[in-house]
Amino acid sequence: MAIRFDKLGVVIAAIAGYAAFFAPFATFRANRIVPGEGRFILDALPAVGGPLLLALIIAAIFVALLKTPLAWRLVASVAVLIALALAIGVAGSFLTPPNNTFARISPASGFWLLIFAFTLLLADVLTRLELSPFVRIGILLVAAVAVGALLASGSWDSLSILKEYANRAGSFWAEARKHVALALGSLVAAVVVGLPIGILCHRVEVLRAGVLNVLNIIQTIPSIALFGMLIGPLGWLALHVPGAAALGIRGIGTAPAFVALFLYSLLPVVANTVVGLAGVPKAANEAARGMGMTDRQRLFGVEFPLAFPVILTGIRIVLVQNIGLATIAALIGGGGFGVFVFQGVGQTAMDLVLLGAVPTVSLAFAAAIVLDAVIELTATSRRREAVA
Amino acid sequence: MIEIENITKRYDKQTVVNDVSMVIEPRTIAAIVGTSGSGKTTLLRMINRLVEPTSGTIKLDGVDNHSLPDYELRRSIGYAIQGHGLFPHRTVAQNIATVPLLLGWDKERIDERVDELLRLFQLDPAAFGPRYPHELSGGQQQRVGVARALAAKPNVLLMDEPFGALDPIIRTKAQEDLLAIQKHFGTTIILVTHDMEEAVHLGHKIAVMDGGRLVQYAKPAEILAKPASSFVETLVGSSERPFRLLSLGRVGDAVEKGSAEGEAIPADASQRDALAELLWSGKPALPVRGADGKALGRITVDGLVKLAARPA
Repeated sequence: MAIRFDKLGVVIAAIAGYAAFFAPFATFRANRIVPGEGRFILDALPAVGGPLLLALIIAAIFVALLKTPLAWRLVASVAVLIALALAIGVAGSFLTPPNNTFARISPASGFWLLIFAFTLLLADVLTRLELSPFVRIGILLVAAVAVGALLASGSWDSLSILKEYANRAGSFWAEARKHVALALGSLVAAVVVGLPIGILCHRVEVLRAGVLNVLNIIQTIPSIALFGMLIGPLGWLALHVPGAAALGIRGIGTAPAFVALFLYSLLPVVANTVVGLAGVPKAANEAARGMGMTDRQRLFGVEFPLAFPVILTGIRIVLVQNIGLATIAALIGGGGFGVFVFQGVGQTAMDLVLLGAVPTVSLAFAAAIVLDAVIELTATSRRREAVA
Repeated sequence: MIEIENITKRYDKQTVVNDVSMVIEPRTIAAIVGTSGSGKTTLLRMINRLVEPTSGTIKLDGVDNHSLPDYELRRSIGYAIQGHGLFPHRTVAQNIATVPLLLGWDKERIDERVDELLRLFQLDPAAFGPRYPHELSGGQQQRVGVARALAAKPNVLLMDEPFGALDPIIRTKAQEDLLAIQKHFGTTIILVTHDMEEAVHLGHKIAVMDGGRLVQYAKPAEILAKPASSFVETLVGSSERPFRLLSLGRVGDAVEKGSAEGEAIPADASQRDALAELLWSGKPALPVRGADGKALGRITVDGLVKLAARPA
């Protein structure tokens, strides 16, 4: 029987093979800012653990490399990911010298590459399984609970990123709340303002090109420049408009960050509203008018429901974009996870950078999965209801 | 009754509909025929005020159609268009219920009406009501489109090339259905088409439009026999004329005494079909039978040829 290779499997096997044998699994540093030294899997784990993990990875590489049933690939990828998550915690406590609170153990390139390779395998399996939106959200929840349980169990406590967290537990959650409030708040504002603008642009053709061009230009302004440009006018508002300062409007801080994120969010919301409304079948619109629907009834009864999946796609773009962009808000005192990123960069403490970056990426990733599922639900609910 | 009086529509300098007057009798079908750009669709759309006329008036049963807000007027007039225009996000039943819902009918009355219409269009309410438009065939979508237009029992139904997107076989069936339904409800129908064949087949009267003007408005036989202009003559198609004339008559009206050998032709078939049958069978005459199967006499090639000649 001829051996047949899986195309993506070849890539995964190459990455995982390199990561397991030629890249360090964990980094040991005497304190939080000195350069570290790499430790390979066999050195980073206790006697039995290292060979066991290597054996599991090699087995999983073969499962990925060859054309194997989806169930095997699913089991292999999940098993390796769980093993990696546990092993890095074990490596943390194993590598830390007894009674030493300065030494820092952090995941190294080998660990991250292995995570990447097997997440790729898992993502590929999940895509091929064509799971329903509810199942996808369910899987996301299970993954979140699993990570939460690992964090709570304390098995990762000896890792550097959690040591940074331990030092900043209070401010971490405060910044997390600010981050989410900035990203979601500006999204809500953009939807509240952008939807009517989109509808107006759809109805009044003269406005369309002008409005979209202005929003396009705003989108191309670099975020730092936009913050800078807002300092002047917002500062002026705070000084000269009574009550503005009391509302938290100032040249720096949350207000300009919020306004900038709001402005960036407008283009996707308005553009997708226009595109969505333009995609409503002409005949349906014409029939709605001919049957005596008022403009309002036509908008809410026909145009809006039909354009909704496209508008939701715009909202998804905005949410993911905002979660990432909100990091920059820290530059002008707006708070959020960016605070840790910029502090970390300033202190050349990479672990602190990660403390800001990892939650941001996870949040954006989760938001994308949830909204994709919602979009699919709204677009297909008609078909599925009809079949049932 | 629909009275169109001196209706004109101008866009900037271009006159799309030019001083058209016509009266459509109640419970009849008027077919408006013309090439594209002749203003026929604009004329239709001025009846339910999707287009506002530049001058002139349109009265429905003696009442000016500007005496109501436009959306209320439209709810009282059925409207069916090419490509059916069904709402893709609503089920067949919800689509048909659109106007009754706008008029505030109660749920029971709406459900009853939807079921009645679906059955009338030979669609099983239990099977088709909950489906979505994209799950229907083209012919079924078109039937639902007409059913939706008739949902609130309008006296007047406007149709803009309603059968334009259908293939010939389904199209013929849809035309027969429409005739049956028009008889059943007694609806006054104004139908826009570019197909003279369809106009002759469906229309009690035909209005021919050219360059925004109403060129001729008359019964089909008269349009065929005495075209008012060379344009009407071209539209009728000189090679098709005798056959179109025959298609207007029934075999029952051309029966001669005597008997003939061969397959009997039903008395309610069109004279055109009878002639085709005669020519194809190679016989000079065929027997005719009534709906009850009784022999009524015979029909001859000679007799039909005389009927197909230009009326004096």
